[in-house]
Amino acid sequence: MKIYKLMLTTAIGVVVAMGFGTGPAAAKGKLNYYCSAQEDWCQLMAKGFEKETGIKVNMSRKSSGETFAQIKAESRNPKGDVWWGGTGDPHLQAAEEGLTEPYVTPIRGELNGWAISQAKSADDKTIGIYSGALGYGYNADVLKQNNLPVPACWKDLLKPVYKGHVQMANPNSSGTAYTTLATIVQLFGEEEGFEFMKGLHKNINQYTKSGSAPIKAAARGENTIGIVFLHDAVKQAVKGFPIVAVAPCEGTGYEIGSMSIIKGSRNMEEAKKFYDFALRADIQSRALEVKAFQVPSNKAAKTSPKAPKLADIKLIDYDFKKYGSSSERKRLLKKWDDEVKSLAK
Amino acid sequence: MNRTVLLWLTIGLVSFLILPWYVIEDGFWGLEWLVDGYPLDPDYGPAWSQIMTGGKVWLSPIPLFLLLPFATWGRPKTDPLYSRILLISGMGGLGYILLQAFTIGIAGWEFLVLESLFDPIDRQYGMGYGGLLVSAAFLFMITQGVAARGVINGDVFVVSSIGLISAIVVMFIFFPVSRILISALQDNEGLYSVVAFTSKISHYKIWGLGCLTSNVGCGAAWNSLFLAITVGLTTTALGLVFALLATRSGFKHRKLLRALTVLPIITPPFVIGLSLILLFGVSGVVTQFVGDLIGVTPGRWLYGMPGILLAQLLAFTPIAFLVMIGVVEGISPSMEEAAQTLRADRWRTFTTVSLPLMRPGLANAFLLGFIESMADFGNPLVLGGDYDVLSTEIFFAIVGAQNDQGMAGVLALVLLGFTLSAFFIQRRWLGKKSYTTVTGKGDSGFHSALPNRLKWPIYGIAGSWTAFTIVIYCMIMFGGFVEVWGLDHSLTFKHYITAFSVDFGEHGILWEGSAWNSFWTTITIATIAAPLTAGLGLLTAYVLVRQKFRGHDIFEFGTMLSFAIPGTIIGVSYILAFNVPPIELTGTGAILVLCFIFRNMPVGVRAGVAAMSQLDKSLDEASLTLGANSFYTFRKVVLPLLRPAILAALVYSFVRAMTAISAVIFLVSAEYDMATSYIIGRVENNDYGLAIAYCSILILVMLSAVSIFQFLVGDRRLGRRSQSPAKSPAQQSPPNTEEKFA
Repeated sequence: MKIYKLMLTTAIGVVVAMGFGTGPAAAKGKLNYYCSAQEDWCQLMAKGFEKETGIKVNMSRKSSGETFAQIKAESRNPKGDVWWGGTGDPHLQAAEEGLTEPYVTPIRGELNGWAISQAKSADDKTIGIYSGALGYGYNADVLKQNNLPVPACWKDLLKPVYKGHVQMANPNSSGTAYTTLATIVQLFGEEEGFEFMKGLHKNINQYTKSGSAPIKAAARGENTIGIVFLHDAVKQAVKGFPIVAVAPCEGTGYEIGSMSIIKGSRNMEEAKKFYDFALRADIQSRALEVKAFQVPSNKAAKTSPKAPKLADIKLIDYDFKKYGSSSERKRLLKKWDDEVKSLAK
Repeated sequence: MNRTVLLWLTIGLVSFLILPWYVIEDGFWGLEWLVDGYPLDPDYGPAWSQIMTGGKVWLSPIPLFLLLPFATWGRPKTDPLYSRILLISGMGGLGYILLQAFTIGIAGWEFLVLESLFDPIDRQYGMGYGGLLVSAAFLFMITQGVAARGVINGDVFVVSSIGLISAIVVMFIFFPVSRILISALQDNEGLYSVVAFTSKISHYKIWGLGCLTSNVGCGAAWNSLFLAITVGLTTTALGLVFALLATRSGFKHRKLLRALTVLPIITPPFVIGLSLILLFGVSGVVTQFVGDLIGVTPGRWLYGMPGILLAQLLAFTPIAFLVMIGVVEGISPSMEEAAQTLRADRWRTFTTVSLPLMRPGLANAFLLGFIESMADFGNPLVLGGDYDVLSTEIFFAIVGAQNDQGMAGVLALVLLGFTLSAFFIQRRWLGKKSYTTVTGKGDSGFHSALPNRLKWPIYGIAGSWTAFTIVIYCMIMFGGFVEVWGLDHSLTFKHYITAFSVDFGEHGILWEGSAWNSFWTTITIATIAAPLTAGLGLLTAYVLVRQKFRGHDIFEFGTMLSFAIPGTIIGVSYILAFNVPPIELTGTGAILVLCFIFRNMPVGVRAGVAAMSQLDKSLDEASLTLGANSFYTFRKVVLPLLRPAILAALVYSFVRAMTAISAVIFLVSAEYDMATSYIIGRVENNDYGLAIAYCSILILVMLSAVSIFQFLVGDRRLGRRSQSPAKSPAQQSPPNTEEKFA
């Protein structure tokens, strides 16, 4: 019989391994929470909800792209209940592909107009929870070292003196960079916008994969100017890095961080409870505890004096419906790949 | 009737009659089902009650197949009917279970065709204890039947091993990966389209050659290929250098050297990249220093090919070392002594005898380096600059703003093409020569010391590489103790306190730190995965090297396949495949364990194959002639001689389970979060201090784990070779001490 010992062990091992841990449970008072914002903010929301309602929250934090890929892969047998945070485009895309559930919160009246129009453009399958304007940040020390002028507008970035000093993410991989591309196209018109991107290409030292990487590199002196969301730039400045945030003079686009309920959720009641919870003013005010400087969607929520104020920034009328749709996205990205990325620097 | 057949039949019947057939919602170990309506509750019922009361009538043919083998009662093994009965029972049973499992899913019929042909049918969930064990029983009926027909000399152990390995490789590699490769053929609407496929596979982003003529980047395929070849060659060379240093130079601190070369693999890749940036980046320490020295500041050279190369060399040289050291140690001194008796000098002996005998090691080390580089994800992400490689392109095709799963499938095909070609070239290079050096014959020599013209370069290279590694690690350790790395260098313990603080409350220890949860999960999962990986890998290696059978090459290919597939693809394909019945695994710890087993098994296989091709078959044959069966031979003769390979497999799989990123990121769930995914979150947040503090703790854990494995596995004793060859004869212990210990 000895000859079977090893194989038995292996077989039993595999079976044991397969059973290790608990399977997905549908017990009462439980919420599977997918979070695409920064880790500590996610934790804060989860703990806060748990404390207030006694519902056990299982949190998993991934970037919005990763979460979208996961929800799509799981669509035949959904495991998540609510998806909170992350830039609005993947949420809109999820709505477009029918992966999320429509829901109208009773406290919709307390919200800013942009949050509601986000919901309306997706047939109530998503809603805005925060927003942040696009812009760029520069490292003041590095700028001085290289004797560079202080930039104030989008067009300033085209000046030859900045050659090799500007960084942005690749719009194919990053939602932030796609928002940049869409903003420039809406701001200057498609033709002139692409001319702008071509000019910018000459000054770019690297297209990063992740959206906030350019400003982090700038913070550590590895880069001079990073095109990012302003709240990301402010965050580095608050941490003590010599970063200055710039809202470009021509005007700029913005993102709407969103929240959606996953279609086929096994804990629909809890998911809706969380949804209402996350939109309340007192809850949104707590974002300041974790240095999240986005603009909250609830009008009554507190903001930090350090945070960039949307009112002071010239915002364009960003068409989320059009530029969030997958066909327009694919077209712009392909055009960018063919006409901009393939140019010699 | 054969006792093993009876054993498996009993297991099968018991599982059918007693154990719950379907997956239980509150987990594999949850025993609630025993008191909650069992056996008649439709959630917990065994198969018979599912048929009788649960409405799952389609399960009713299964007992027929289970009872069939009793017809072999009293028949000898040689009776052709004996094997035929077992084969019919096994294949029929297993085939039927798979058929029903794939056609009836959580929403009833799985295919539209069936829906239109038949009435609606009850839904069913994934298989639980009952379903899995009955399937296993059928699998072993097949192997018993095949063995009884005289295949591989009727060796039941070998046939069953092949059967078992094939079944799980198909289930956990081929099945999930095929799901994502199919998507390569689909267009954006999910329809099969040749046009979409050809336009994608010939895209200039993959094959562009712009970098040759202007300063536009080349296609990701060329970039990856060039990088992987360079990394493969360099890591093999460095691995050889370290292996020679450790075994043949009389170098005193071999243990230290081992620990040091192991350091880079136990480091989450982001960290090496980050410390390289702080050293060589635009504002890096070295860059500034060089700038002050020569007046010209080096630019952004680190971002791109050079940076990835450097980081990958740091990370993968130890793997080459682990493969090489077993092989270099294993070369019989007798051959070298013979060469020297024939008046070859030490250089000639080295180049014409020792080096050719190392070919299996060199080839395997190169293959591992090549594939590791191809599939590496963390380093290109941090240091890649505009140098696009396949692995990151695949990741961002799936999770990026483009969201193009089809493109990911196409890129995965290209990557797979490269790694498979490397695999076949490696096999051709090794050819059919014999590399046997460990035989049962008298062998009591020492390795000859290194020729001088090799000795000093080796000391030089190993020395400077070691110094470089030490500097990198000092940077990392330092990073965990400062407020903000690169900005505010005042010393602090706050990162360690945030992550790992412990409080003593009234109910015992309170694990307050934010990292404890993922920390314990990671350790548990790595500890479960490591021995399973090593066991499966070595069993496979044994079958591959020692047994000749039809389909040998396909079998080898199958076991190596998962290694050639980047983690991202594995991660997404596991979700696609195991989120729905018949095997529901997402959201459990098991999916992580399985992912690690099948991702890392190839290393165990390669290390085992390299080591085993050195062992003379006459050793096995002697054992078999003396009446031992093949399992006994494997355990008592082959395994002890494979200790370095076992160690390599154990260490590697444990460590990779703790440091892998790309596959894990899709498979972690709220309950089972892993260390790496926690660290990524921190790095994304620019919280390097916390990430590094966590990494330092992980490094310590892994170092102690490596020592524990080393202790458990023990050293291999080959003649007197484990003693230092360069000791002077006066220092040598008397020749008979070894026998006393042996």
